[in-house]
Amino acid sequence: MMNQPIKTSIPKPPSKIKNYVTLLLVLFLLWGSSIQTDSSLAELVAGFPNMMDLLNQMVPPNWGYFDNITDAMLETIRMAVIGTTFGAILAIPIALFSASNLIQNIWVFYPIRFILNLIRTVPDLLLASIFVAIFGLGSLPGILALMVFSIGLIAKLTYESIEAIDPGPLEAMEAVGANKIQLIVFGVIPQVAAHFISYVLYTFEINVRAAAVLGLVGAGGIGLFYNKTLGFLEYDKTSSIIIYTLVAVLAIDYISTKLREKLL
Amino acid sequence: MKVGIQKVIEFKNVSKTYPNGVKGLKNINLTIEKGEFVVVVGLSGAGKSTLLRSINRLNEVTEGEIVIAGKSITNSSGASLRRIRRDIGMIFQSFNLVKRSTVLRNVLSGRVGYHSTFRTVLGLFPNEDVNLAFEALERVNILDKAYTRADQLSGGQQQRVSIARALAQEAKIILADEPVASLDPLTTKHVMDDLRRINQELGITTVVNLHHVDLAQEYATRIIGMRAGEIVFDGPVEEATDDKFSEIYGRPLQNNELLGATV
Repeated sequence: MMNQPIKTSIPKPPSKIKNYVTLLLVLFLLWGSSIQTDSSLAELVAGFPNMMDLLNQMVPPNWGYFDNITDAMLETIRMAVIGTTFGAILAIPIALFSASNLIQNIWVFYPIRFILNLIRTVPDLLLASIFVAIFGLGSLPGILALMVFSIGLIAKLTYESIEAIDPGPLEAMEAVGANKIQLIVFGVIPQVAAHFISYVLYTFEINVRAAAVLGLVGAGGIGLFYNKTLGFLEYDKTSSIIIYTLVAVLAIDYISTKLREKLL
Repeated sequence: MKVGIQKVIEFKNVSKTYPNGVKGLKNINLTIEKGEFVVVVGLSGAGKSTLLRSINRLNEVTEGEIVIAGKSITNSSGASLRRIRRDIGMIFQSFNLVKRSTVLRNVLSGRVGYHSTFRTVLGLFPNEDVNLAFEALERVNILDKAYTRADQLSGGQQQRVSIARALAQEAKIILADEPVASLDPLTTKHVMDDLRRINQELGITTVVNLHHVDLAQEYATRIIGMRAGEIVFDGPVEEATDDKFSEIYGRPLQNNELLGATV
C-alpha cells in the first residue's frame, strides 16, 4: 500500500484569504474601539508612575487589619452559602420546566428560558443595587442578588444536562406505567444529580468572588471595607483585604474543584 | 371467551403512517393468546419494532385498535393508559437501566405503577415489593448484584436486570425488542433461556423481535414474519422452515442471520 504511487492529484490547500480578512477585521475593531473610548497607549504610559505610586503605598500590607475584617469575610462566605443554596433549590423546578425532552410544550419552556437568559444578562452588582434600593443596606439584598444570579446559572446548566441524558431509561419508565413525576424521580434525577451538585459548587465559587464586591453598593460583606479603605486612601489596608480575599477564594476554589472531580 | 384460550393482545385493522407518508404498518390483524412465545422476524425496517412498540403504545398507530386483555390501549389515556402499561413489561436492546442507580432501585422502578406518586417519590416501597424485587433477581440469577450500581454490570447482566424489572412489575405480557442484539452469542443463550423459562414457569405471554433466524426457530412457539409493514407469515414454529424464512426475507438467508454461524 505504502509504495503505490498516488493516483489522484494532491488537493490544493484551502485559501488563506479568510484568515487574513478576519485578522484585518479584528485589528480594525480594536483600533475603532480605542478611538471611540478615547483611550491611548500614551495615556497608559503617562499613568504608569501613578500606578507604581499606588502599588508602593499598598506594600507592605497592614497585617494587623486582618482582625478587623475576619467577621466581614465570614459574612461574605455566609452570603454566598445562603444565596447559592436557595438559588439551587429554586433552580430545580425551573430547570425541569425548561428541558424540552421533559416538557414538550414550546409555550412553556421557551418563555422560561427567555426569562433565564434575561436574568443572566443583569450584572450581579446591578441586581444588588436594585435590592439595596428596595430592602436597604445590609447583607439581605446581597443574598437576594446572589440567589437570583444562582438561579439563572444553575437552572441553565442543569436543563442543558437534562436534555443530554440517555432517553432510554425514560422510555423504560414510560413503559412500566410511571407518571411524569415518577419518571423524573426514577429516570431523570439519578442521571443528572452529580452534574447538578457540581454546578452548585461551581456557582458557589463564583458567588464567593461576587459577594466580595457586593459591599461596594452597600449589599454587605467584605466589599464595604474595600469602599471604606479606598475612600480614606488607606491602601495598605486595601491590600490586606485583597490578600485575605485571595486566600479565601483560592481555598474555596481548591476544595470545590476537588469535590467536583470526585463527583463526575 | 372459551376456556383455556384468552386473547391477550389483539390488533384490529391497525395501520401506521408516518408524517412523511411512509407506511410503518399496513392493516395488521393479529391475535396473541395467553402463554404464547411469539417471535417476530423480518429485515430491519420491516416494521418489527413498530409492531412491538405499538402494543404498549410507545409508538402511536394512526388507524385501527389494539386491545390488551379486553381493554383498548389505543383509546386509553392518562391513568387508564398507565394502568394497562403496568401489566406490560418491556425489554430493550440497550437495556435502558438507570446506570447510576443500584440494581435494586432499577428493579423497584418497575413497581411505581402500583403506588401513589408521593410514596414512590420518597422511595417508600412496601416490604412485599422489595421481596418481589429480590425474587425477580433470584429468578434471573443475579441476586448477589442487588446493591451494585447498574453501570458496573456486563451487558448480559444488565439485560437480566431489565428482565427482573419486568418480573417485579408482575407483568402479564413481556415485550422484548431485539433483546440480544448487543450481546455475545453465549450471553444471548442465557438471556433467551431466561425469557423462555419465565414464559413457561409463569405463563407470561412473550413477544420478542429477533434478527437471528435460528434463535427464532429454537425458542418460539409461534413465528410471525414481517415484510414492508405487513405480516407475511404467521404460524407455529414447526411450519417455519428455512424456505419460509427466505420467503419472509425475500431472498436466501445470509450467514449473519444465523447465530450459529457466528459462534
